[in-house]
Amino acid sequence: MTSSKIEIPGEVKSDPAALMASLQLMPSPVPNPELKYTKIFINNEWHVSVSGKVFPVYNPATGEQICEVQEADKADVDKAVQAARLAFSLGSVWRRMDASERGKLLAKLADLVERDSVYLATIESLNSGKPFLPTLFVDLQGTIKTLRYFAGYADKIHGTSIPMDGEYLTFTRYEPIGVCGQIIPWNFPLMMAAWKLAPALACGNTVVLKPSEETPLTCLYVAALVKEAGFPPGVVNILPGFGPTAGAAIASHMGIDKVAFTGSTEVGKLIQEAAGRSNLKRVTLEMGGKNPNIIFADADLDLAVEQAHQGVFFNAGQCCTAGSRIYVEEPIYDEFVRRSVERAKRRIVGSPFDPTTEQGPQISREHQNRVLEYIQSGIQEGAKLECGGKALGLKGFFIEPTVFSDVKDDMRIAKEEIFGPVQQIMKFKTVEEAIERANNSDYGLTAAVFTTDINKAMTVSTAMQAGTVWVNCFNALSTQCPFGGYKMSGNGREL
Amino acid sequence: MGGFDPPAGGSRASLAHIKLEKQTSPAHVQVCLKFIFLVETPGPAAVMLGLRSAVFRAVTPLSRVLACRFSAAPIPVPNTQPEVHYNKLFINNRWQDAESGKTFPTINPATGEVICQVAEADESDVNKAVKAASDAFRLGSPWRRMDASHRGLLLNRLADAIERDAAYLAELETLDNGKPYAVAYSVDLPNVVKCLRYYAGWADKWEGKTIPIDGDYFCYTRHEPVGVCGQIIPWNFPLLMQAWKLGPALATGNTVVMKVAEQTPLTALYVASLIKEVGFPEGVVNILPGMGPTAGAAIARHMDVDKVAFTGSTEVGHLIQQASGSSNLKRVTLELGGKSPNIVLSDANMEDAVEQSHFALFFNQGQCCCAGSRTYVQADIYDEFVERSVERAKRRVVGDPFDMKTEQGPQVDQEQFNKILGYISSGKREGAKLMCGGGVAADRGYFIQPTVFGDVQDNMTIAREEIFGPVMQIFKFKTLEEVLTRANDSKYGLAAAVFTKDIDKANYVSSGLRAGTVWINCYDVFGAQAPFGGYKASGVGRELGQYGLENYTEVKTVTIKIPQKNS
Repeated sequence: MTSSKIEIPGEVKSDPAALMASLQLMPSPVPNPELKYTKIFINNEWHVSVSGKVFPVYNPATGEQICEVQEADKADVDKAVQAARLAFSLGSVWRRMDASERGKLLAKLADLVERDSVYLATIESLNSGKPFLPTLFVDLQGTIKTLRYFAGYADKIHGTSIPMDGEYLTFTRYEPIGVCGQIIPWNFPLMMAAWKLAPALACGNTVVLKPSEETPLTCLYVAALVKEAGFPPGVVNILPGFGPTAGAAIASHMGIDKVAFTGSTEVGKLIQEAAGRSNLKRVTLEMGGKNPNIIFADADLDLAVEQAHQGVFFNAGQCCTAGSRIYVEEPIYDEFVRRSVERAKRRIVGSPFDPTTEQGPQISREHQNRVLEYIQSGIQEGAKLECGGKALGLKGFFIEPTVFSDVKDDMRIAKEEIFGPVQQIMKFKTVEEAIERANNSDYGLTAAVFTTDINKAMTVSTAMQAGTVWVNCFNALSTQCPFGGYKMSGNGREL
Repeated sequence: MGGFDPPAGGSRASLAHIKLEKQTSPAHVQVCLKFIFLVETPGPAAVMLGLRSAVFRAVTPLSRVLACRFSAAPIPVPNTQPEVHYNKLFINNRWQDAESGKTFPTINPATGEVICQVAEADESDVNKAVKAASDAFRLGSPWRRMDASHRGLLLNRLADAIERDAAYLAELETLDNGKPYAVAYSVDLPNVVKCLRYYAGWADKWEGKTIPIDGDYFCYTRHEPVGVCGQIIPWNFPLLMQAWKLGPALATGNTVVMKVAEQTPLTALYVASLIKEVGFPEGVVNILPGMGPTAGAAIARHMDVDKVAFTGSTEVGHLIQQASGSSNLKRVTLELGGKSPNIVLSDANMEDAVEQSHFALFFNQGQCCCAGSRTYVQADIYDEFVERSVERAKRRVVGDPFDMKTEQGPQVDQEQFNKILGYISSGKREGAKLMCGGGVAADRGYFIQPTVFGDVQDNMTIAREEIFGPVMQIFKFKTLEEVLTRANDSKYGLAAAVFTKDIDKANYVSSGLRAGTVWINCYDVFGAQAPFGGYKASGVGRELGQYGLENYTEVKTVTIKIPQKNS
């Protein structure tokens, strides 16, 4: 392609030998990692649940139980909120702390996560089924960078002084909201914890965080690091538990000033309702998506095929950002489908701890069945199954990389979030048509466009009703750039 | 949790808890507890004080407001003869002799003895350094391609390395500059570390904007580094001034040619070694010890230096601006002299105002550009204020800067020493009333007695010119309008302060003062977060805070023709 012929000064030349050498240095997972933390973390102490209940946590690659974890519900949420309120009381250590010192604690937490990153990546892989190496290089790095980024912001959140009319002096102060409930999902357990904790703590809030019942383990380990870093008791409280009990108790709690939720749009609506019914707590939501990825005929096809593939299959398709509606311009449609199918067939599905694995299992049996059911609906509604479509292996929750072509906009697989390794490829003819069809969705989280034409890039990126638009790339997320949804994909922006 | 929960009725007890958390030595706890309950106004100052070492508070109450803000660790016993590891030019991450082969001696001002010889940069060395800095800045270089967050990481690592070697750096700073070691360790060093950490955080947050311009266009701005930055720093806070300059320049991706003061080159050169250690690419930071008329002038007029930042005298500041004008119109920021008014109203807390005013002037041997060197006291409290100030100045401990009891060390060199003694003579000659001090304080080194003048008139030389020494001028005033007029009647406008309990007076005076910084009921309170710089002949631009980034940034407006604009 022409673009690759431009001589960019200082460009790094890819050297296969160097790449292989670097592979030799790849870190390995911790063998038989010890699980030290399976309880509820309140006031920098470990508690058993008030009810005495526990729940099992599984390895999705085998379906086997890893361990049992204390199950928080309403009574434990009450305890945590009380601790968080006390930590937030006027004159407390946390309230009187210099903003720069809050930043220093967050930077210290980043250092500790970095120190223990191989262990954390191991546990994350074990509990979520993500391949170990991407976990180490994407999730852990994302976690560390997010903590460092917001560490730097702690003492840079400026109010303003305002030249108001009359004999007055006016200034604004940016004050923390108070006790923040945070409910996070299972697809990026550590990184989602960092996205939530880092800004909340940089601004001086206190936190009651519920990790997903599917993946509580890394989050609990981070709790131990929060304590080690030196955060005062009560500032961060972490409660493993279920949505309808612990999650609902957070959303409807009168002592919680703000709730931040990442998860399904269905549950997001419940959170908003609960806030409305209780104390009008501030609500931010980061939810589902059915994200369009628009490929023009003038795009670098190799790049577009690979990015579109990664865009939907990354993390076994379990991304709210997944580019699950691929609109391809007519002249290149057949070629694009052919290459995408070929790429999907080459995708290596296997054990998360095998370094060559690209795709691990889905998070749970239930979720696996849900994705398989969507695949069936695609077949029934007349989409063309190009490859995959079935469960894989005898144990664990694996699904074959699946590609549908000839997908129509009114099919369920074109409208609903599948959250699995299933690629839908549609055909379009004009820019206007692609824009209209892309925007015809309840969701508006991300979108992408692949083209070498600057005008098409600008036109489409401006027109997309989406919180993030990528041009000639996908999933290029970074802690410096805000992220969040239009429409029913969410309220507010993170990062 | 109970330990962190303040009992109803006040926050002092909770301060005590903080103290107990931080301190390990029972003796320290006892003193600190006592001290905390003596604090009149619980607030940030109280926290600062509470967090500081009790030893320091007990022996040097003067500097406590600044000093007490920082480290909770006890001050380590200094090595009074720290080894000098680096005395050459630092160019391209390598140590080099001057092209000319010349060296100059750096002096221990406490004794007047030579510490060591240091390579003396002049124009040809500046050319080499600028070449290195330009190369490091070329398109596609490792430094230009580096993630902004990674620049931040390098600055954080530099802060960590300085923190690791803080005791050694404080020893070296004291040896070369003469400031009390306890102050160097507990004020200068922690501020250096904080400044670098602060700007580390900015590296990936200094955002351009997208702009809704008219027409079918898309417009955005990029905040780009200016390029090769010449930085010329003074001798009064050698390490801190270095951090103030490097932090924002490196966070924003510039490369640097820094000339350090010939009086105090040693600590900056050690920091150069840390810059290399933590992994800054070669050529990004180049550090040249040398003289102003040679090396400094070469930087100021260099055609390939894109920006020059200077901290020092107003006299030299004029030369820098001129050199820019006669060469390539390089961007100029200046942080220069001051004759800062400190206004004490009759309703102020007397004890506090006396102590703060003393500190405002005498801190760092009076060698502060922001020194409160015109103390205006309202007529009805004037006599008591002068009496107490004199008593306080007489108690000021002058001596060996490595002695923990010392509040005031020597002036930096013979020239400054002579100049200050000359100002004292002029004060006496012009009719000011010498209340205490006025003479030399030791038979070797450059020590001067803490000196207080009363009945100073606005037209006296000591009332108009920057003395930069331990010489306090106290004036009498009657009304707010009068004092504002007199306070503003100066070519300078760096800092000012007002002491009063009355919120309306505080607001009136602070709004009316023509100064870049105004302190209310405090003095010399600096934070990396808060900008600092001068009105009028005290400077151009602001350092520190977000404002400090503007000095090191070119704004590029990119406008793209698009087929159709939509909101």
